[in-house]
Amino acid sequence: MKEQLAKIEREALEAITSAGDPAALDELRVKYLGKKGELTAVLKQMGKLSAEERPAMGALANEVRSVLEETIELTAQKLAAAALEARLKAEAIDVTVPGKAVKQGHKHPMYIALDEIKDIFVGMGFTVLDGPEVELAELNFDRLNAEEGHPSRDWSDTFYFDEDSRVMLRSQTSPMQVRAMDTRQLPIRIIAPGRVYRKDEVDATHSPMFHQVEGMVIDKHVTMADLKGTLNLLAEQLFGKGTVTRFRPHHFPFTEPSCEMDVQCHKCGGTGCPTCKGEGWIELLGAGMIHPNVLRMAGIDPEEWSGWAFGMGLERTAMRRFKIADLRLIFENDVRFLEQF
Amino acid sequence: MNLSRKWLNEFVEINAGDREFAEAMTLSGSKVELTHDMGEEISNVVVGRILSMERHENSDHMWVCQLDVGQSEPVQIVTGAWNIHVGDLVPVALHKSTLPGGKKIEKGKLRGVLSNGMLCSLKELGLDERDFPYGVITAAALLGDYHPIDPDKPSIPEEIELGHKIFGSVVAAGAGEVKSLGDGRWSVALVWAEDGSPVGTTVETECQNIHSMDLVAFNTKTRTICTLADLHAEQREFPNCIPDGIFVLQEDCKPGDDIRTVTGLDDHVVEFEITPNRPDCLSVIGLAREAAATFDKPCRFHTPEVKGGGEGVLPELLDVETPDPELCPRYTARMVRNVKIGPSPKWMRERLRAMGVRPINNIVDITNYVMLEYGQPMHAFDYRYVNGGKIIVRRAAEGEQLTTLDGKEHTLTANHLVIADEGRAVGLAGIMGGLNSEIVADTADVVFESACFDGTCIRKGALALGMRTEASAKFEKGLDPMNTLPAVNRACELVELLGAGQVVDGVIDILNYVPQPTRLKVEPDKINALLGTDVSENVMYTILQKVGFTTTKERGVVEVPSWRGDVKEMADLAEEVARFYGYNNIPTTLMRGQTTLGGYSQEQRLEQKLGAVCRSCGYDEIITYSFISPTWYDKIGWEAGHPGRKSFKILNPLGEDTSIMRTTTLPSMLDILARNYNYRNKDVRLYELGRIYLPGGEDGLAVESKMLTLGAYGEGFDFYDLKGAVEAILKDIRAEDIHFEGPDGEYLPCAAYHPGRLASVWADSNCVGVLGQIHPNVAKNFGVDGELYCAELDFDHLMKAQGAGAEYVPLPRFPSVTRDIAVVCDEAVTVGALEKAIRKGAKGLLKEAALFDIYRGKGIDEGKKSVAFNLVLRADDRSLTSEEADEDVKAILEALEKDCGAKLR
Repeated sequence: MKEQLAKIEREALEAITSAGDPAALDELRVKYLGKKGELTAVLKQMGKLSAEERPAMGALANEVRSVLEETIELTAQKLAAAALEARLKAEAIDVTVPGKAVKQGHKHPMYIALDEIKDIFVGMGFTVLDGPEVELAELNFDRLNAEEGHPSRDWSDTFYFDEDSRVMLRSQTSPMQVRAMDTRQLPIRIIAPGRVYRKDEVDATHSPMFHQVEGMVIDKHVTMADLKGTLNLLAEQLFGKGTVTRFRPHHFPFTEPSCEMDVQCHKCGGTGCPTCKGEGWIELLGAGMIHPNVLRMAGIDPEEWSGWAFGMGLERTAMRRFKIADLRLIFENDVRFLEQF
Repeated sequence: MNLSRKWLNEFVEINAGDREFAEAMTLSGSKVELTHDMGEEISNVVVGRILSMERHENSDHMWVCQLDVGQSEPVQIVTGAWNIHVGDLVPVALHKSTLPGGKKIEKGKLRGVLSNGMLCSLKELGLDERDFPYGVITAAALLGDYHPIDPDKPSIPEEIELGHKIFGSVVAAGAGEVKSLGDGRWSVALVWAEDGSPVGTTVETECQNIHSMDLVAFNTKTRTICTLADLHAEQREFPNCIPDGIFVLQEDCKPGDDIRTVTGLDDHVVEFEITPNRPDCLSVIGLAREAAATFDKPCRFHTPEVKGGGEGVLPELLDVETPDPELCPRYTARMVRNVKIGPSPKWMRERLRAMGVRPINNIVDITNYVMLEYGQPMHAFDYRYVNGGKIIVRRAAEGEQLTTLDGKEHTLTANHLVIADEGRAVGLAGIMGGLNSEIVADTADVVFESACFDGTCIRKGALALGMRTEASAKFEKGLDPMNTLPAVNRACELVELLGAGQVVDGVIDILNYVPQPTRLKVEPDKINALLGTDVSENVMYTILQKVGFTTTKERGVVEVPSWRGDVKEMADLAEEVARFYGYNNIPTTLMRGQTTLGGYSQEQRLEQKLGAVCRSCGYDEIITYSFISPTWYDKIGWEAGHPGRKSFKILNPLGEDTSIMRTTTLPSMLDILARNYNYRNKDVRLYELGRIYLPGGEDGLAVESKMLTLGAYGEGFDFYDLKGAVEAILKDIRAEDIHFEGPDGEYLPCAAYHPGRLASVWADSNCVGVLGQIHPNVAKNFGVDGELYCAELDFDHLMKAQGAGAEYVPLPRFPSVTRDIAVVCDEAVTVGALEKAIRKGAKGLLKEAALFDIYRGKGIDEGKKSVAFNLVLRADDRSLTSEEADEDVKAILEALEKDCGAKLR
């Protein structure tokens, strides 16, 4: 009987390990381990054995069974793995075939630049204001200390809706300074982006309509050093850490002292090249400490409060950011242009 | 404002290079736009003396010259010019030299003879006769150069010989010795024959092209050598006797000298952008003050000194009245007699030219020179045309006529200020002189006017006439009235220096204002507090003194210089301190103080949200102009009386195309769709969140509403594509009860749309906008022959339609039952109506009813359609039985039949 078991084990193992597919393996399981299988048949002879022999033979039979079962299981796994591998191989595809198009819309580059600026200032506790484009000359000029006779008030420079030059298209976002002073509680930290209008013919660098963002802070003890610090931060956020800036004296009726901020030319690093017209610097924005007259006209005491303000052109910022050479592209809205951003 | 570095150095010596100078001036507030090296393009061009001239053996018009150019050996140069002579000093462009316009000169052979460079004309050096009036060339008609127009009928016979008569008293004469008289004139020995016997004489001439052995036409009667004009000849008859040639120098120079130094092209001109608050910097002296302060150098200004002594007594000769004193704060005038009009000297012409002013004659040049130097516009007029010797500065009479120096006739109004005599205007005050009193060649007595006029009056006057001149541009900024006297004295000093006339003693000086210097308290603490600096009081005073502020007896108080009308209070002093302390030396700090809560408003958040959902639907953002052409209302089919046509109209637009503020964004979108269509861009989807401008706002302003406009076209793109995007937008903002109404619905008629493919968009009872296919005629008006789709959604209504924030609804715990139904109904019944009936019929178990098919054709009668829905039924508290579901479906089918006449298929 011992020999029988050994023979079954030997034959079964050979058959199992050489089984080619799960079906053959199943047949072998039935053949050897099934109710009418060979091993079962041997076990049925157990009764013929003596009581002394039985336990040893039983243990041996069980050992053979478990060896066979284990081998069948292992072989089954191996076969399954091979089958899967074969299937995956058959399912291989050409991954270089283009993906199925998902049409995605694009934000206009000008607004990409604007949103960046908004986020920078909102992070510093600024509120974003919106205001009218059809504006009173009083707010666009008088309240900003640009008195009667200021050249920008000329009909050759500014669009008007009435003969008295009372209602106009705002030529700057600066009237939002006045609106903020008139309607908000001090201290004030606002930015106000929007469309502005000037009587310039369309060319590669001019458009009768363009966008600006105005920024203003009024608080106690606000200094020009704060203005510089904040605007340097803006430049770094927009153009990267280590961006070099400089401040130049300038003149605006509604700030004193006034300045313009330049950013060192990214192309030449300040040595002068065609991008910066040989100057090494590119003008970014105008700014200054709010003129005491402007504060006074808004009923704010310049002895107690001070503030700074800046205004920057958005198209130019976007053009620099994305290396767009011609302003007309901004308003042309060719999708081949829009979809680059 | 241009500034000659050479002129600047007369007042303050600054040796900085161009770049360093530009940088320093820019950082102290005088922005340098660019620096122009006047002789930049010229190199290796020197003065040469002509040692000898030989006629070229292979040419009938060229000379081979040997020149001393300051080197050990003479150089040989071949030239085609005829106006030069041995001994002349001429500009020589040597081998490997450059000239203006990028011209390069190298040695080469001219008809076989080596030429080591080129002799230059004025033009070739970038100059003209206004720079060097003596450079004008007069050419004699040389008979050897005669080329008849008709070879068969020459007016001068080919075999003409010495002594032959040409016409009248003009004979052919031979030139002997030609000698320069030094001042551009020549003495020429001539020989001809009279009655067979030789006659000789020596004549003086301005003609520069005569050389020994030439045959000239000599008028024996006037004893002059004839030019082409004298012979009534055309240029082509004497092709080489031209008023062009080499620039023969009359300067004090020697061979080898750099031509740039000799001609004044060694100057560097700096172009400044001067801000309107600093009219004082529109002058050499003003910029010299700034430069001196910037570079910490002393200024050397000089007080003009006038000898005077001219004939007559000024008050007897001239009387000035200013009936409108507020328009003329100061009027200063002096007189010059026995004026000799002529060119001004080279140094003056050079400086004018460097500053971009054309030299004209000594008197006019002096007025321009003083304007550039002092920033004070000056006017000179001819005394003989000032009737009655009386000058009246008055408002013009309505309709008064005046022709200005530029020859233009003007009709004036009372808003113009004129300079007049007793009878008529002789000039437009502060703008331009009158033609009737112009300085001309025979002007004998001149009045110099140096006045201060009201800036606004001059600005408006100039603007009304469309003639902004250099003078008016200065006046309109408000000039320093203290400057008129030194300026007029400087003009008179220059007259004497140039020997241009005799200055009459005395000055007429009318002051219509009381000079009151501004005095300001210097408060170092406040200045430092504003700047965020820690500048010492001493440094502040040093800076203020550098720019002309003077200390007063009162401690801590300074007097503002008269030319700094822009300095009025502490902040202005702070700017002066900051400019010279250095803006870039001010520290950079971050904001302190009370923390403010920043952020976006509800509206701004919705804007961001709408943009994001549009882009996720595949729409690109566009930006269009707010102003449009009124014809665009026609193009979108709005009838004449359409209420939307009432727009804000710009009174001074750039053009008709941008003349009104849009009351609709639709045409802007159509314009951009059409542009992309013309560019053959496929599958275009665009959106814009832009404003419209409706009349009726507060204070006469506009009601500026925002519109979200969508526009699209493309292969297979249809109404439902756009509708899907609109639905996505409304769902994204959680609008409730989103529905659409067809053309019979309730909304304004939209002529721009296809009448059968148009819907109004609703969220509950709130009409948010419209969407549809653009009417083919409208599309055609924009040049598009395909289908365009647009939606116009009102931002304020979207704001209102915004639903409440999300709130979790428990997921269903019990299974749902689905049933598909297909009903047949009339073609006219809409899916919307069927859906309504389904919802009405359902008994509370219906969760969803989704359309999945519309079928027309085989098996369905003509005029009918089969519409199929997928119904999802579910109860929240139990599993539905089939019977329960069937009961509900039955009720739904009944409602469909009752309300819509739709029967189960």
